[in-house]
Amino acid sequence: MASINQNMHRDALPDFRNFGVMVRIVLIVLGLSSLAALAQAQAWGGMLDRLVRVSAAVQPALMLSLLALWAASGWLRRLPYVEGIVAIVLTELLVAAAVYQAAQALAAGNPYTGLESYWLFSLVATGTVLYYFHLRSRALSPALTEARLQALQARIRPHFLFNSINAVLSLIRQDPKRAEGALEDMADLFRVLMADNRDLCSLEREVELTRQYLSLEQLRLGERLRVEWHTEKMPVDALIPPLVLQPLVENAVYHGVEPCSEPGLVSINAYKVREEVHLVLRNSYRKQGNHHSGNKMALANIRERLVLHFDAEASLRTTVTDDAYQVHIVIPYRTQPR
Amino acid sequence: MTRPAHALRIAIADDEAPARSRIRDLLEDCAASMALDVAGEASNGRELIDLLQRTPADVALLDIRMPEMDGIEAAQHLRKLPDAPAVIFTTAYDSYALKAFELHAVDYLVKPIRLRRLYDALARVRSITPLPLDVLRDLAPEPRKHLSVQERGRIALVPVDRILFMRAELKYVTIRTLEGEHLLEESLTRLEQEFRDRFVRIHRSCLVARDYIDRFERGADETGEAGWVVVLRGIEERLPVSRRQQHVMKEFGRL
Repeated sequence: MASINQNMHRDALPDFRNFGVMVRIVLIVLGLSSLAALAQAQAWGGMLDRLVRVSAAVQPALMLSLLALWAASGWLRRLPYVEGIVAIVLTELLVAAAVYQAAQALAAGNPYTGLESYWLFSLVATGTVLYYFHLRSRALSPALTEARLQALQARIRPHFLFNSINAVLSLIRQDPKRAEGALEDMADLFRVLMADNRDLCSLEREVELTRQYLSLEQLRLGERLRVEWHTEKMPVDALIPPLVLQPLVENAVYHGVEPCSEPGLVSINAYKVREEVHLVLRNSYRKQGNHHSGNKMALANIRERLVLHFDAEASLRTTVTDDAYQVHIVIPYRTQPR
Repeated sequence: MTRPAHALRIAIADDEAPARSRIRDLLEDCAASMALDVAGEASNGRELIDLLQRTPADVALLDIRMPEMDGIEAAQHLRKLPDAPAVIFTTAYDSYALKAFELHAVDYLVKPIRLRRLYDALARVRSITPLPLDVLRDLAPEPRKHLSVQERGRIALVPVDRILFMRAELKYVTIRTLEGEHLLEESLTRLEQEFRDRFVRIHRSCLVARDYIDRFERGADETGEAGWVVVLRGIEERLPVSRRQQHVMKEFGRL
């Protein structure tokens, strides 16, 4: 089993434009600076003083590196892993040399004897960061494989499956044309559900899938289900994890529309603000004593997959008011798979 | 049980129109080899009870998950009808109910329903013995939304969220709504258990709806001794709080 996972795992450089990645780099380098200061001071007392001196050299280098990596991120991603590593190490040595030159020029108290110490620290820091991300991607890679399984777990409820088949059966005698359409929608829906859902898919496809799902629900619920789409400002090419919208809409129908005799509304709003894609789902909801745990499971599952794909840059918020339930997802706008 | 000479009268309750029409189609198929009549259709439990009071039926095909009143609650109220129909539950998928049905050998059909299974269920329906009420109660995962009372030969459904208080009196429980009073043949202890979230016991013989409690006042109890009474929104009547139950007042910010 382990070998299969390793074979499937391809080493890749971290995404230097991801906020979570940057935070981790900063933390690691700060940790290393503290260690270096501690080693030089040889006693707790002088550590703070040393730390200030070390930081004076490390902070500019760190900021410069982050900037350089951010700028080169697109180019680095296209390189094979090993060449990417070499490029990063060279960049870092260059940055260290530049900071050294600047420090010399300013003649502001030089904490080390020479360029070698700058390079040594730079190499150690770069090595640690890259090794950390290597281990982390190793650790997460089974999780990414798992994402596929989890997507399956966020699958359509059996309740929906059997009721839909039942509705289609009822149409066969009275309205064979509609029955055909409904079966085609079901086939498309299950094709996606059974596909390999590890990779991101276009928002347009997810919206289309959700529409097909809703047209099946409309068949069963008729007037009771009202749907509003606001997709005029939708970035059709944005990439999102598959099965993010559909399970949420299914929740909305199951908890918001089905328990009421009166018509219930589901509204879906997709738009882009700056470099973020927003998905807002609202449904009418009558607060009742019973809370279904199924709802929380689907939400936890989607949240987990958002973290796997986007780390800290995606978010999912839910809001409950007296008569409405809202889920708001924010995903960084991306059109290229990583 | 005497065998009725007339055709088998069937009532259908399901909140989804296509599901009802599917059952109608299947019943038409059954009609080829069995005398049957569709008594009517309902889209939830409450409608079904209204329907059955106008048009009695021998069998109710009862969906479990329906808005307003689900099938299992409807089956409990149906028992009070003078000529209660036999109940066959239908469900697409409900792991909780199905487990319970197996346990208690309850008649049920899974959707999509097969013609053969529907036919067999209808063929043996006249020999079905009604389920004991406590089994039906065990099947219900949540409290009833209505209480049913028999009045002048009919069943009246009283929504639980309209009830101000319930008081045990001799062999009945009186339930009080803003509109009036009804007599219920159930035990107060059972009601307390079932509606724990909604009602609080303020006296050995009295449960009060939390939502309707306005305030607590100093007053006299039935023996004339000084004590606390509860004032409910919308009615004049004051209800005494027994010494033993005074701790519930803490919950509402008194004492």
